Amino acid sequence: MKSCLIVDDSRVVRMVARKILQDLSFHTIEAEDGLKALDICKRELPDAVLLDWNMPVMNGLEFLIALRQLEGGSEPKVVFCTTENDLEHIQKAMAAGADEYIMKPFDAEIIQSKFAQVGLI
Amino acid sequence: MKSEDFDLLSRLVRDRSGLVLTPDKSYLLESRLMPVARKIGVKGLDELVVKLRQRSDASLERLVVEAMTTNETLFFRDTKPFEQLTRLVLPNLLEKRAAKRQIRVWCAAASTGQEPYSIAIALKEEGAKVAGWKIELLGTDINLEVIERARAAVYSQFEVQRGLPIKLLVKYFKQMDGDKWQLNQEIRDMVQYREFNLLHDMKSLGQFDVVFCRNVLIYFDQPTKAQVLERIAELLPDDGVLYLGGAETVLGVTDRFEPIPNERGLYRPVRKK
Ligand SMILES: C[S@@+](CC[C@H](N)C(=O)[O-])C[C@H]1O[C@@H](n2cnc3c(N)ncnc32)[C@H](O)[C@@H]1O
Repeated sequence: MKSCLIVDDSRVVRMVARKILQDLSFHTIEAEDGLKALDICKRELPDAVLLDWNMPVMNGLEFLIALRQLEGGSEPKVVFCTTENDLEHIQKAMAAGADEYIMKPFDAEIIQSKFAQVGLI
Repeated sequence: MKSEDFDLLSRLVRDRSGLVLTPDKSYLLESRLMPVARKIGVKGLDELVVKLRQRSDASLERLVVEAMTTNETLFFRDTKPFEQLTRLVLPNLLEKRAAKRQIRVWCAAASTGQEPYSIAIALKEEGAKVAGWKIELLGTDINLEVIERARAAVYSQFEVQRGLPIKLLVKYFKQMDGDKWQLNQEIRDMVQYREFNLLHDMKSLGQFDVVFCRNVLIYFDQPTKAQVLERIAELLPDDGVLYLGGAETVLGVTDRFEPIPNERGLYRPVRKK
């Protein structure tokens, strides 16, 4: 079973994402900001990260940059999932090493389609 | 709905488009034709049917038929067909058509353009291999409204997230106001669109090397499917290929095509002895 770390400061978003990912047979872990997510990744790297952008303490982009510097940190597939839906943000995320990008609002179909594209499904 | 009304409407739709509506689909007729009734300013389906009975009105009949088409589609639908295109179909044609350096592709149920544009993008991504080749991509549909949308190539945030990898979105689309995205002119220019009914004679379209006829025959009855497939076979050279949708097959429908072994969804014409 593949694991997915869900990083979002909204409990509701995490809950919706968790349900969708569990239906896709992922084992899910959750974090409410980038720093907590990074701690989790230092202990054990997940197969995938579903990543919000705007969060307190450490935002998604900062987390991604830090993640990619960890040993083995280039492995997890990182899929942004954010309300930042302009080209500039997308390009920034891709340059920092994101694999895919979801513009909120999302649904099960979009998550499935994006996860399939990066080879997670 | 009165059964004679259902009969009239379903016969009209079937005669004009091939789409089969069984009585258990009468809810579909009602939900899709109510907006048509409103558009032409009558109260309900009863009155719509009265109008249709009164005199033949081609534009009203067209509205009814268009309303009954299902235009559901997405970029790179099922992924595999486009992978097959660049791995197998295209290299084969590049070899066989090296003298002419010309390839013609037909999307026979193009809907809002996602399928023809996915082909165009896939070909564009092949870059140097197709440089100097004349690649003609024709997208057709019975529904004028979806053709207009295909030509405009403006898609919602939801549509560009279904099937389209983010790298290709960034590379080939520009963001418009609101959450709309428009495909670049360069890719749009690769596809010609026109209205075309699959029940009509196809000879005027000319020959094609590749035909995509995906997720449309599923709405037709067996004899209509067979007839359409047989006509498509006439437009393909011996080394041409046909794509059908994931849930479709030629088996038991026509012997004018056979599956290409191990290539799901791909068929080649069989010549009559
Ligand atoms: C479900 S869409 C398929 C789109 C695309 N080929 C795909 O697979 O994603 C079916 C399309 O077939 C068109 N269609 C239905 N009957 C037709 C006919 N008789 N001639 C041409 N197009 C037809 C509809 O208007 C609709 O846009």
